[in-house]
Amino acid sequence: MTDYNFAYLDEQTKRMIRRAILKGLAIPGYQVPFASREMPMPYGWGTGGVQVSAAVLTPEDTFKVIDQGADDTTNAVSIRTFFERTAGVETTTTTCDASVIQTRHRIPEEPLSEGQILVYQVPIPEPLRFLEPRESETRKMHSLEEYGLMHVKLYEDISRHGHIATSYAYPVKVEGRYVMDPSPIPKFDNPKLGDMAAIQLFGAGREQRIYALPPYTQVVSLDFEDHPFEASKADHPCGMCGAIDSYLDELIIDDTGGRMFVCSDTDFCEARQLAGHKGKDAA
Amino acid sequence: MTPLLSVQGISKRYGIHIGCADVSFDLYPGEVMGIVGESGSGKSTLLNCLAGHLAPDEGQVIFDTRADGPRDTLTMSEPERRMLGRTDWAFVHQHARDGLRMGVSAGGNVGERLMAVGERHYGNIRNKATDWLGRVEIDAARVDDRPTTFSGGMQQRLQIARNLVTGPRLVFMDEPTGGLDVSVQARLLDLLRGLVRDMGLSAIIVTHDLAVVRLLADRLMVMKSGHVVEAGLTDQVLDDPQHAYSQLLVSSVLQV
Ligand SMILES: Nc1ncnc2c1ncn2[C@@H]1O[C@H](COP(=O)(O)OP(=O)(O)OP(=O)(O)O)[C@@H](O)[C@H]1O
Ligand SMILES: [Mg+2]
Ligand SMILES: [Zn+2]
Repeated sequence: MTDYNFAYLDEQTKRMIRRAILKGLAIPGYQVPFASREMPMPYGWGTGGVQVSAAVLTPEDTFKVIDQGADDTTNAVSIRTFFERTAGVETTTTTCDASVIQTRHRIPEEPLSEGQILVYQVPIPEPLRFLEPRESETRKMHSLEEYGLMHVKLYEDISRHGHIATSYAYPVKVEGRYVMDPSPIPKFDNPKLGDMAAIQLFGAGREQRIYALPPYTQVVSLDFEDHPFEASKADHPCGMCGAIDSYLDELIIDDTGGRMFVCSDTDFCEARQLAGHKGKDAA
Repeated sequence: MTPLLSVQGISKRYGIHIGCADVSFDLYPGEVMGIVGESGSGKSTLLNCLAGHLAPDEGQVIFDTRADGPRDTLTMSEPERRMLGRTDWAFVHQHARDGLRMGVSAGGNVGERLMAVGERHYGNIRNKATDWLGRVEIDAARVDDRPTTFSGGMQQRLQIARNLVTGPRLVFMDEPTGGLDVSVQARLLDLLRGLVRDMGLSAIIVTHDLAVVRLLADRLMVMKSGHVVEAGLTDQVLDDPQHAYSQLLVSSVLQV
């Protein structure tokens, strides 16, 4: 059955999405409205990211999908399969071999390079939404650069927890202008957002917004002088590959409460193991 | 002396209905102007036009800005006007929940204006917030509590602290004591009077309550059907009203 276009969306829709992407690249961090299409999957599955991927994919591309760092979750597998079927593109799990990477909740550990595109699935694009539900008001705050409210959120965090407890979707300021929600990546990944060689595209399907970071964009995580931003992670080495600088997931490994920390980026971890690195829990 | 605020010929219509008509007055630094009148007389309409919340159909609202001297706030750009709204101006709503963020702690509420003008030191923000809670007689131990856990009077005092923390020069108040118990009103009035005096604030206070203007206002405007029917020194207008409507207003209150 091929009664749909390359990568599922029709060319007109893809052109509309590409225009939104180009506008987003021209105004880094600015949320560009776009007419989100129905996709043959539920919203929670990252239809915004899927539409952005569909608009940028070419037949020559190699496509990778990660979900929480892993290539093999149901979500990652079905999106990868979707584009194998609808676009016939090659797919991979190897970060450096992919030209387009769609992601949910992580940035790969391995630094990306020029020519790669990282597409984020975004549930809620508006960083001010938490304290100001009125869309008309948040739009005005962005246009007038009134971002005091963002710090109110961080203030509340410190007053309640003694430190900035926000650990996902940690707000950033882009090129000294727009405050942006980096999607629910751990704040450990925030430093990778800035000065990245790859193009970063963010798609929110239900909210109908696209925003972007062109290569080598300045991205600064918001903080206070006396509570500076920290890209924290679990203070352990990876149990499988021994890496000390990667973001870790905590796994329960037996029914006596035994725990193990492993890289959330499965490709990174496997590549290290293949290269002979061994953690304390490795067989 | 340059007026802090010079209001010239302000009119606002709602369709064919008059909100307020041709209102002019000058407010000098440190002065408190009271606006009284029956329900529907146009007090809130006028106040909202002055504070930049409503666009009047005609007139000028000239504010003596720190940087550039007298400027018509109606023709300045929206960013400039909004900046005034969180630095030199303050607005105290009748209903505290309209002027507070109910989902944010007391400290966060007071700190918001500081953060909005660029304060980025948590410790400083917290110290100022705690200091201001004290000045409006709220126990510093409540700094992390949300206003939903406060009484009506405390919420109103918190709203005042949140507004005054950046040291504004002009405060707009719409029925600041409305809806509060009489004893709570009296305490709030004393507090307001103290703050106005200590900070040398200029203020425009809209109220139904002649006791409020008697206590706080240096001058008084009486409104009826959108028009100012009488204006003068508070004591003069209250003790010797000239206009028939003012006489009625004063006597009806005296009967209470
Ligand atoms: N949004 C609106 N649309 C239409 N008419 C309005 C609107 N707001 C106020 N009005 C009318 O304008 C007139 C002045 O209203 P305003 O609210 O300014 O009076 P007020 O003196 O503040 O009354 P109150 O003491 O009850 O608060 C009234 O006739 C009112 O019905
Ligand atoms: Mg009113
Ligand atoms: Zn590992």
